[in-house]
Amino acid sequence: MSFVDFLVSNRAEFASLTFEHLLLVGASSGIAILIGVPLGILLTRRPRLGPPVLGLANIFQTIPSLALFGLLIPIPFIGGIGARTAIVALVLYALLPIIRNTHAGIQGVDPAVREAGRGMGMTDRQLLFMVEVPLAFGVILAGIRVAIVIGVGVATIAAAIGAGGLGEFIFRGVAMVDDTLILAGAVPAALMALAADFLLGRLERRFAPGDARTAEVRAV
Amino acid sequence: MSEANSTFVQFRGVSLHLTDGRPIVSDLTFDILDSEILVLLGRSGSGKTTTLKLINRLFLPTDGDVIVEGTSTRLWDPAILRRRIGYVIQEIGLFPHFTVERNVALVPELEGWDEARRRRRAHELLDMVGLDPAAFADRHPSQLSGGQRQRVGIARALAADPPLLLLDEPFGALDPLTRIELQRELRDLQSRLKKTMVFVTHDVREGLFLASRVALFQRGRMEFIGTPAEFVRSESPEAREFVRVIREDEDRRLESSE
Repeated sequence: MSFVDFLVSNRAEFASLTFEHLLLVGASSGIAILIGVPLGILLTRRPRLGPPVLGLANIFQTIPSLALFGLLIPIPFIGGIGARTAIVALVLYALLPIIRNTHAGIQGVDPAVREAGRGMGMTDRQLLFMVEVPLAFGVILAGIRVAIVIGVGVATIAAAIGAGGLGEFIFRGVAMVDDTLILAGAVPAALMALAADFLLGRLERRFAPGDARTAEVRAV
Repeated sequence: MSEANSTFVQFRGVSLHLTDGRPIVSDLTFDILDSEILVLLGRSGSGKTTTLKLINRLFLPTDGDVIVEGTSTRLWDPAILRRRIGYVIQEIGLFPHFTVERNVALVPELEGWDEARRRRRAHELLDMVGLDPAAFADRHPSQLSGGQRQRVGIARALAADPPLLLLDEPFGALDPLTRIELQRELRDLQSRLKKTMVFVTHDVREGLFLASRVALFQRGRMEFIGTPAEFVRSESPEAREFVRVIREDEDRRLESSE
């Protein structure tokens, strides 16, 4: 039986695991964006915070994912068995690319543009929202794309701590030495990652840094 | 009262030091007169750009006061002060994601003008700096030449009709022909609008062409301030160095034409 046949005959479970998977990635990415983007902006305002914050985010990134899930279980409030713990772990993984790209994107804004803005009487807030964030948007979006693609992959391991998702098929397949089951989890997860990469990549190109984009639009 | 009317900006014993105590500018005391073009001339690192940035509070003095419209820059809200002072820099710094029109009308936007009024003003200014609004208003900065960009930069600085304009080597990156063209236009613009302008340059020709008065900077101090005619006759060694550059240029030109 091919994994496609398996998915068709188990479509109800397949649908609910896919839904769980999307939920894990969606919730964790959303939270990581809400924390990571403001934190990245803060680092451009308080340069001294840069090394410790980026260093910490880096450390989370280097912990093997299975270990991170396991380590979080005994921690009160955020730990335990289930989706909540998995989302916390996924958020920790997603933070680094989002913080780093937000920081780099804003740092990369032409200093002359920033000086002109300040010299013309923009407040710090106006400079941020009218100039820096729009110009850094493409780079920030690239960070979010990387975070989501990583998240789709890492979320398969969440099944190990009972959080569900497409990892269920994979772990079951490993335990039963059944390739069909492993593929039934792995292939849809990979396709999900590719789809996210493709869609966010297109969005990113629309917000390419500078105005090469508008020149293109005009040429058409 | 009358003094406040004739001098928009006053420097009173102004010094700015780095945190390690090294001076950038020292003991500047002078007035900027209304409707003059005051050229700040000097070599790189002589303190002229710093002096300019002390006026719009991009820097605050370590000692002394810069008084703008009767109030020390220490007491001005920086954003409000800067919107009353046009600012043009060599790198131009147009916002690449805004159209030319929105770039020009930025200070009016910050000041909360309605859209129709902003648009009218932007088109009026584009006309004034020699760019046809119908052709240029909707373009982005990347679609302009260097000279056109700096025209937009000047239009943008004039947008909210500020009484004072600060220009930091605005033509430094332009080709020689465009540069001369813009120097002429700036002088015409000034004689029409009667704006007070402070113009930083290291190019003595440009400085003497534009200036009502020249202020010469050397190692953070003002060596000389006076009219171009006085500058040429000045005994100050640094001024004579600059004047010699012009003379040598002219000698060379005479030789090659023989």
